[in-house]
Amino acid sequence: MGAAVTTAPGHHDGEHADPAGSYLENTHSLFKTHKGVLGWVGTLDHKRIGVMYLVAVLTAFLLGGVLALLVRAELFTPGRTIMDAKTYNQIFTLHGVVMVFLVIIPSVPAALGNFVLPIMLGARDVAFPKLNLASFYIYVLGAVFAVYSMIKGSVDTGWTFYTPYSTTTNQAVIAMVLGAFTMGFSSILTGVNFLVTIHKMRAQGQSWGRLPLFIWGMYATAVMQILATPVLAITLLLLIAERTLDIGIFDPHKGGDPVLFQHFFWFYSHPAVYIMIVPGMAIVNELIATFSHRSIMGYKAVAMSSLALALLGFLVWGHHMFTSGQSEFANTIFSALTFLVAIPSGVKIFNWVATLYKSSVSMASPMLYAFAFIFQFTVGGLTGLFLATLATDIHLHDTYFVVAHFHYVMVGGTIFGFIGGVHYWWPKMTGKLYNETTAKVAFWLAFAGYNTTFLSQFVMGSRGMPRRYYDYLPEFQIFHQVSTIGAFVLALGLFIMAGMFLKSLRSGAKSPRNPWNSAGYEWQTATPPPLSNFVEPPVFARGPYDYHLASDEELASD
Amino acid sequence: MTMFAPTRTSFDLPPSVSTNVASYDWMYNFIWWFSMIFWVVITVVMVYWAFKYKRKAGDKRIPTGHYPVLETAWTVLPVFFIIWLFHAGFTDYLKNAMAADDAMEVRVTGQKWLWTFTYPNGRSEPNHLTVPVGKQVKFIISAQDVLHSFYLPEARIKKDAVPGMYTMLSFTPTVLGDTPVYCAEYCGAPEGNAAPALEGAPLGGHSAMMAWVHVVPQADFDKMMAEGPKRPDGLTEAQWGSKLYKDNACMTCHSVDGSKATGPTWKGMFGQPVALNGSLSGGMDSAVVDENYVRESILKPNAKVVAGFSPVMPPYTLSDKQIDALIAYMKTLK
Ligand SMILES: [Cu+2]
Ligand SMILES: [Cu+2]
Repeated sequence: MGAAVTTAPGHHDGEHADPAGSYLENTHSLFKTHKGVLGWVGTLDHKRIGVMYLVAVLTAFLLGGVLALLVRAELFTPGRTIMDAKTYNQIFTLHGVVMVFLVIIPSVPAALGNFVLPIMLGARDVAFPKLNLASFYIYVLGAVFAVYSMIKGSVDTGWTFYTPYSTTTNQAVIAMVLGAFTMGFSSILTGVNFLVTIHKMRAQGQSWGRLPLFIWGMYATAVMQILATPVLAITLLLLIAERTLDIGIFDPHKGGDPVLFQHFFWFYSHPAVYIMIVPGMAIVNELIATFSHRSIMGYKAVAMSSLALALLGFLVWGHHMFTSGQSEFANTIFSALTFLVAIPSGVKIFNWVATLYKSSVSMASPMLYAFAFIFQFTVGGLTGLFLATLATDIHLHDTYFVVAHFHYVMVGGTIFGFIGGVHYWWPKMTGKLYNETTAKVAFWLAFAGYNTTFLSQFVMGSRGMPRRYYDYLPEFQIFHQVSTIGAFVLALGLFIMAGMFLKSLRSGAKSPRNPWNSAGYEWQTATPPPLSNFVEPPVFARGPYDYHLASDEELASD
Repeated sequence: MTMFAPTRTSFDLPPSVSTNVASYDWMYNFIWWFSMIFWVVITVVMVYWAFKYKRKAGDKRIPTGHYPVLETAWTVLPVFFIIWLFHAGFTDYLKNAMAADDAMEVRVTGQKWLWTFTYPNGRSEPNHLTVPVGKQVKFIISAQDVLHSFYLPEARIKKDAVPGMYTMLSFTPTVLGDTPVYCAEYCGAPEGNAAPALEGAPLGGHSAMMAWVHVVPQADFDKMMAEGPKRPDGLTEAQWGSKLYKDNACMTCHSVDGSKATGPTWKGMFGQPVALNGSLSGGMDSAVVDENYVRESILKPNAKVVAGFSPVMPPYTLSDKQIDALIAYMKTLK
């Protein structure tokens, strides 16, 4: 059996080493100089752009996380704990906006995807490197708007910006909405770039049937980003027009309809849920394949289930509106369509678990995150059954049950998948190893804290605790306290993890080419990769998960 | 008033007060057990295989098998399950989405931050609704300002209150006693931590927007309707006015100690001239706060707007006697 990837791994010997060195030392840049800060801020290399996104996303994650802790701290006791009601409303609004638009949406595609997608395809870069850099700066501009609206104070609408509340509360709403509007364009541009790259820039031998499942996930995500995000842009523009020009499209006193806003908003924001979760699933595929040393069972079914989710994502927005006053007929249709989501989600879970059967499992830290993803995403999915069922949704709608449900999908799913991906590709990106024991301690703290936080919120919600409440009746106190304690344990785990990564950057041991013994294409080049990703254009002679075909040399660490 | 709560029968669901709850809870418990079994099985299998097939020296790298029958089964069989589940949830849901012709109609109006209930005879009351046991109630719901959501957890029902639109919900109470109403659609908060309109409710506007439904025997209900709203025993006219000031949540916007809030303070207001915002008040630049001014400002709040304030107060439906009581109260605020 010959080498499956015909380009020899770049580090092997002097004659194959990329004369340009690793991407950390060299880059393409808008500026004349490629060194230092200018080599980063003007870079056209997808890897450096991915790293810049990662830094931005992690910074925003820190901000969003502190806001979450403030919310949980306030709810530790009934009545006022640390802030008054108006401040509380601003804090949970910011938490939502920051986590959705600045963290989760760009986390996997724009940060990790940017880094690994072209390498997995065997491409030198994405199709439009300048557009890629532009999308990063558009994201930064959007973030600046969002931060400006924070400094200006008091957006207190919730991240959903429901009218008429959002048209009557104070002016900072416009800056915040402009921020979300701007970041939407960044998301669209990343989607376009990935779609063209996947279609046009696959290396020789990289057929559609051999695409890594991560790429299939990115593909489905890109389709949704391109088709759904413009609707968000339109909706947010209408909201700004409503506020500044008084057009009254959502104002019942002028013949408008506040429920229309919800239709527009969820027409984007339900697909956005899948823009957030599908990339998380995409990472889990890579983790399970690498750490069980075999192909994901039902490769085609798993690939197609991502596309099925992308398609269904456009047909179910009305399930956010079962109590909104939309017609009973619409409720019926949306409930029925929503149940269909269970099929592709179930297919993924079954296939992931079945892959383990007779495999060769390594319990390295990234794999722990994949296990946690399956464990938690299953909870998120199953509690979705309560919410798709009309009768039970009516009781649970807008309670903590829903809060717990979407955090199980967005955090227990996407964020855990994302963190798993950061662990997995950390050596690839930095060329450094991290301390595996610390990583496991951090994982278990985060896992225990996370589940404590949100399991207790399910119980509260079933018991009738509505969401976005500053204060509550004493009967709910015990559940809030358990939840708050869980949140601080989760935070502790994440802080240990952050310390571990910083230590790795400063003094981590040098990573071998393939620390996880993966057959994945991105591990077949040098670590960290050379500027051109592969020394010569690679030819892929086997699938990314064909462990039985991969040579011992390919799977060796070094 | 008697406040006895219906009894709780399950750990994670509130007590039940209406006819529809039994089948709703059956659905909830069914999905709960289904989910629990599914989750435990997935987790146990995953963890078991992870340990059983732990990587050993001489890693064999056996290619993943193909199990077409199994794969088809787990794709197709759930379809039947979800069709059934959809249908069951849909049929149950319809029970509270429709009402019989002879149901008692109650108008529910949400506004920042109280609920107003209007009975079929036109009488209305903030934050307290009394209904006869065993009779179907049809709620016709709307909002004055922003979205709210009318939520009766112990009846497992909820519907948004939308400005400019009526929504509808029904239920038939079966248990005597008091059951809470919450607002489930976010609607903001007042400045500071103003006291809630309803005594004993949480703080904070949206979370303070609580009300009680009192389920009483038919005879008690008939008696209450026949008597009409009247001054509670033992209160003076001004004391009743003070109670109405709290019950109707006037205090969320109007202080009585001179402090600044969303609306003008009532302290020393009565009998004095006030400057008006001329462009919002039909060209009038000032007015004297007398009985007619107060009455108009309650029934048609935006006819005259005091300078320096926004025209944000919704109209209130109070009876003449109640308005008289409020005026009497205002007169005491020197
Ligand atoms: Cu949705
Ligand atoms: Cu409300």
